[in-house]
Amino acid sequence: MLTPEEWTAVQLSLKVAFWATFWSLPFALATAMVLARTSFPGKSLFDGIVYLPLVLPKVVVGYLLLITLGARGYLGQYLAEWFNIRLIFTTAGATVAAAVISFPLTVNAIRLALEAVDRGLETAARTLGASRLDVFLTITLPLMLPGILSGALLSIASALGEFGATITFVSNVEGQTRTIPLAIYSATHMTDGDAMAARLTVVSIVLALAALLLANLADRRIRTLIGRA
Amino acid sequence: MIEVDIQLARPGFSLASAFTAPGAGVTALFGRSGAGKTTIIQAVAGVVRPDRGRIVVDGETYFDSAAGIDVPIERRRAGYVFQDARLFPHMSVERNLRYGQRRARGADAGIGFDAVVELLGIGHLLGRRPHTLSGGEKQRVAIGRALLSQPRLLLMDEPLAALDAARKAEILPYLERLRDEMKLPILYVSHSLEEVLRLSDRVVALKDGQQIAEGSVTEVMSRADMQPVIGRFDIGTVLDCTVARHDAAYDLSTLVFPGGELRVPRVEAPLGGAVRARVRARDVAIALAQPVDVSVSNLLPVVVEAITPGEGPYADVALVAGSTRLISSVTRESVLRLGLVPGQAVWAMIKTVAVDSRSPDFTVPGEPSS
Repeated sequence: MLTPEEWTAVQLSLKVAFWATFWSLPFALATAMVLARTSFPGKSLFDGIVYLPLVLPKVVVGYLLLITLGARGYLGQYLAEWFNIRLIFTTAGATVAAAVISFPLTVNAIRLALEAVDRGLETAARTLGASRLDVFLTITLPLMLPGILSGALLSIASALGEFGATITFVSNVEGQTRTIPLAIYSATHMTDGDAMAARLTVVSIVLALAALLLANLADRRIRTLIGRA
Repeated sequence: MIEVDIQLARPGFSLASAFTAPGAGVTALFGRSGAGKTTIIQAVAGVVRPDRGRIVVDGETYFDSAAGIDVPIERRRAGYVFQDARLFPHMSVERNLRYGQRRARGADAGIGFDAVVELLGIGHLLGRRPHTLSGGEKQRVAIGRALLSQPRLLLMDEPLAALDAARKAEILPYLERLRDEMKLPILYVSHSLEEVLRLSDRVVALKDGQQIAEGSVTEVMSRADMQPVIGRFDIGTVLDCTVARHDAAYDLSTLVFPGGELRVPRVEAPLGGAVRARVRARDVAIALAQPVDVSVSNLLPVVVEAITPGEGPYADVALVAGSTRLISSVTRESVLRLGLVPGQAVWAMIKTVAVDSRSPDFTVPGEPSS
């Protein structure tokens, strides 16, 4: 059904989306906690920076990544020199681009879930002898679970569709950075690429639908589980 | 024993309260909403930090602003029952109950799981989820959860306020059992005269953040100056009585109190049993001579102790019968017309039906109401 080249793009897309979500989730959780539960001078600025990738042109985000994390970027040169990590033209770089782009969406979903947790329940748990960490692990986190899950699925969906930042930052290298959107883009530039673009478009639609259905199902299961049905 | 002496100021609200509560039994924090009752138990639990003062429970200092002591909530072992139950929605009833119990390991083994389940009658609910429970069931589980955390004291914040009359009647007997069977000091926040009279031995009365009285329920709730808290029409005298006779033919009971006898509608209590009766000040009339040919069957010879003119047409007359002080609310015009003066011997008239067993003002400690 799919050519080996197309399969490579599909597998790469899934891989990038999964790892981008996996690595950004803890940071998104921490950021959401800070935004929902603390106040400090300059918080609105921090808030703005977190949501910036959502509103900036994706090409701008890609360019910013290039000048910071690129081979000769401010941080990139040290990454290469000290840790031998190269992001340009690599899957790792594509993952970073996808993670940065989807980060605000993930933070937002988790933040909303956190703000919906009844703080009275946390107080109740503490009067029953639970420490702050204990309360977070046994009360707050389980009650946030639907939000974390929907944040993760949103992140996967947005990473699957990432185009602008990826192509600007890590270019369009087959097997390394050519995810489904980039493969479709390439196909439209080839004289006989229409069939390939069509097949990858169908794959995109199927993946997006699957993510939505999965999110819906998981949400209902968890809500029943935590008694919010 | 619980010793509280705290002050706290917030924008638009200040609180000052100092009282001690005994090592067992219910001490009510009584007042209207906004009086600062909840703030006090939040301070005892460690949820709210007072500006100044001390909180000591069983000799252990929970809070002392001078010494810089502020024990964290989770180490105070203060069982807190919230008005809205606050059961954890993602856990079964049993896991809710065990939440505090598991974290109390190392604490001296007090009441066990089975005993609590039996005490509160919640055995059939263990596998259920909180959202499937009725309001009354939720509150019983919340009480059980607090008890199983092996608390040193129990803080109850209007546990019945969110419930309808039927659910209240369902829970009150459990609270009475709790009070009678657990050797635990309980601070009970309430704005309900009925609950305070039925459950507590001692009361701390608050108004607008200021403590206006502390003492036994009988004494505090009988004070004429409790009017701002209880209300002009509900102030009265609380009488701790014993049952002297039942009159089956007329369905009446005779109660004895220090200072006289009171005939009341039949009380469901054994002969010699303790009964707490309440006579509202507006139900006590005054006659200069022993009345004859009146329907009122409680005629008590009393002495006028003091006359306090109140707002508008009213005056409070304090009457002494033996060692008991009754309040009578009459008009200033009546005081003048009868020529009442302190030291004068008069007759107090109390209608039997004004002390009605169906009325919430009349309760039988230790007996579930039907």
